[in-house]
Amino acid sequence: MKIHEYQGKDILREYGVAVPEGIACFSIGDATKAAESLGGAKWVVKAQIHAGGRGKGGGVKVADTLDEVKQFAGEILGMNLVTHQTGAEGQIVKRLLVEEGASIKEELYVGLVVDRASQQVVFMASSEGGTEIETVAEETPEKIHKAFIDPKVGLTIAQASTLSSAIGIPSNLTDQAVSLFQSLYQVFWDKDASLAEINPLIITNDERVMALDAKFNFDDNALYRHKELVELRDLDEEDPAEVEADKYGLNYISLDGTIGCLVNGAGLAMATMDIIKLYGASPANFLDVGGGATSEQVTEAFKLMLRNQNLKAILVNIFGGIMRCDVIAEGLVNAAREVSLSVPLVVRLEGTNVEKGREILTQSGIAITNATTMADAAEKVAAAAGV
Amino acid sequence: MSILINKDSKVVTQGITGKTGQFHTHHSKSYANGENCYVAGVTPKKGGQVVEGIPVFDTVKEAKQETHCDVSVIYVPPPFAAAAIDEAVDAEIGVIICITEGIPVKDMIRTRDRMKESNSILIGPNCPGLITPEELKIGIMPGYIHQKGRIGVVSRSGTLTYEVVDQLTKLGLGQSTCVGIGGDPVNGLKHLDVMKMFNDDPDTDAVVMCGEIGGTDEEECAEWIAANMNKPVVGFIAGVTAPEGKRMGHAGAIIAGGKGTADEKIKALEAAGVRVTRNPSHMGAFMKEALS
Repeated sequence: MKIHEYQGKDILREYGVAVPEGIACFSIGDATKAAESLGGAKWVVKAQIHAGGRGKGGGVKVADTLDEVKQFAGEILGMNLVTHQTGAEGQIVKRLLVEEGASIKEELYVGLVVDRASQQVVFMASSEGGTEIETVAEETPEKIHKAFIDPKVGLTIAQASTLSSAIGIPSNLTDQAVSLFQSLYQVFWDKDASLAEINPLIITNDERVMALDAKFNFDDNALYRHKELVELRDLDEEDPAEVEADKYGLNYISLDGTIGCLVNGAGLAMATMDIIKLYGASPANFLDVGGGATSEQVTEAFKLMLRNQNLKAILVNIFGGIMRCDVIAEGLVNAAREVSLSVPLVVRLEGTNVEKGREILTQSGIAITNATTMADAAEKVAAAAGV
Repeated sequence: MSILINKDSKVVTQGITGKTGQFHTHHSKSYANGENCYVAGVTPKKGGQVVEGIPVFDTVKEAKQETHCDVSVIYVPPPFAAAAIDEAVDAEIGVIICITEGIPVKDMIRTRDRMKESNSILIGPNCPGLITPEELKIGIMPGYIHQKGRIGVVSRSGTLTYEVVDQLTKLGLGQSTCVGIGGDPVNGLKHLDVMKMFNDDPDTDAVVMCGEIGGTDEEECAEWIAANMNKPVVGFIAGVTAPEGKRMGHAGAIIAGGKGTADEKIKALEAAGVRVTRNPSHMGAFMKEALS
C-alpha cells in the first residue's frame, strides 16, 4: 500500500524527523488559508498523487506571493498529472500539500528497502539527491552507499555516521543526520514498510538536515496490524477494477491488451499472459483466482474482465489440483450464464477430473471453445479475437 | 534416492487441527508411504487429540521427543506462521516446509536471522511444498500427476509446477523430487540451493527450473550453473509481459527500479547454457530434447 507525501511527513514528524511545516489542502481556498497560516515569504504547492516524478510533470510549484499560491493551487488541483510513473493516462490531482519554502544548500538522498539476497533491510544514501535513484544506480553506482541492518540491533550509530560522512554531510551536522537516519529506520521497521525514500534530503542554509519529500510503501501482508495505516489508504489513487477485485479476494491487474485471462495461481497466470503474447495477441489483465475459487468469485472475475471496453475474448486456464475440474466447470457455466457473455470464451482445463469438467462445458450449450494445452488455448483465443 | 524427503521421513504437521492443515494432511497421508510418514501433529493447547489418526501435541519439541519427527510442514495462519517456523527451528527439525501465504516480510527477516545459528533447512513460505513421487508428498500439490523418475523440478510457483510436472509425466519423464520454493521475497531455499542438491543427487539426471520476475535468484543460480552444473537444465521464466512496479500475485513477483525482469533472467540462464523455452507448453518437450 502507498500513501501520500503529506501523510508520510506526518509519520516522520511523529518520529522526530525534521520536515518543513505544511498543510494538506483539498481546495484553492484551503491552499491560500494554509499559506497564510504558515506565514513566511515563500511557499511550495505540491500535487499529492502516489506516483513519483511530480515536479517534472508540472505538479510542484514555488510561490512567492499569496496570489501565486492561489494561482498554482488552481492550476494543479484537478489537473491530469502525467509522470513517468503514472503512464500516459496520468492521474487526476485531488489533494495538495502547501509547505513553507525551504532554503536548500545541498540535496541528498536516503532510502530503505528489503534486500532479498541478504534478507536484511538495507539503508541507502547518496550525495546525488533530487534525481532518480535508479539513474544514479545506473550511471554512478559508486555514489550509492549502503548499510545492511541487523534486525536484532537496528541501524547503529556507527553505520549512520559512516553513511553521513560518505555522502558529504559536514561533521558539525553528523548528530542531526544520525538521529534522522535512525528515526527513519525505526519508521520503516515499526510500520512494516517495504520502501521508504527521502528524495531529496536537504541541508538548509541555516544548517538543518531535513526531509523535503517522503515516499513510503507498506507491506500489504502486515496491514492487519496497522489500522492507522489502512486509514490513510486513498482509493482515488488505485485502479477501480483492482479495488473491486480485492473485495472478492481476487488478484487482478489491468493491462492494455485485448484478451482477458482467468487463471489459478500467480505463476501460471503470468505464464498464460506470456503465451497469449507469444501467439500474437496481448493480455488485457492479470487475474489469479487462487487455489480454492468459488463459483461466486469466478462470476465476479468475469464481470471485472467484461468491464474492459477493449476486451475481445477471454481465456480461462485452470490447472485443477486439489480443486477439481468438474467443480470449476460448473462454476464457469454458472458465471457465463449470469453475466451473459458477450465475447468468445476459450477454456483450458487440466488436472483432477478433467474429462468430467470438459463434458460439463460441452453439455452446457454455452459457446465455449475447449482447449487441451496452453499453446492450443493461446492459439484458439488469438484466432477468436481476430488477431 | 531423492533430495530433502523420502519414504523414511517422519513428518509433523504444524496447524493440524485447522481446516487447511487437516485437509492436506489427509490427502498427503493417503499418498504412497504417507501412512507411515505422518507421525505427529502440533497445535498449541490441543495436545492429546487425534486428527486423521495422528497424535496431536502442544509443541514441536514434544512431538519430536515422542515420534522422532525430522520434517515439519506448516499450515499456520500468517500472523503466527513465522513463530511456528521459529518453534520448529528451536526443536531442531531438519527440514521445515512452510505452506502459509501472506506472512509479513518483517517476520520473515527476523526468522531468517534467527536461522543463521541453526542447521535447519526452510522451504517456502508461500509454496506448494515438495514431493518425492511414489514415496512421500508434503504439501498441497495433486499427487497423481507425478511419476517416479529422474528429473528434478524446482519452481517459485504452485500451479505452474503442476503444469510442468504434468507435461513431464505425459512424456514418460518421471521426477526424482519436485520442490516448490515459494513466491515470497524473503524465503528459505533458493533455486541455487536446490540446484546444488540435484547436481549432487545420483538419482537425478536433469532439472527443470521455473522462475519468475522479481529479485535476482535466477541470475545467481545461472552463475553457479555455468561454473558447476554437470546435468542438463531446462528453464522457463514467467512474467515476460508483466508491467514494472506491479506485484503479480506473489509478494515477490515484482519488477522494481527496472530490476528483476524476465528478460534479464532468461539472458542469464541462456548464457549459462540452460535451455530456456519462452513457451510454457514446451517445458516437457525441451526436457525430452535435452536428454536425447
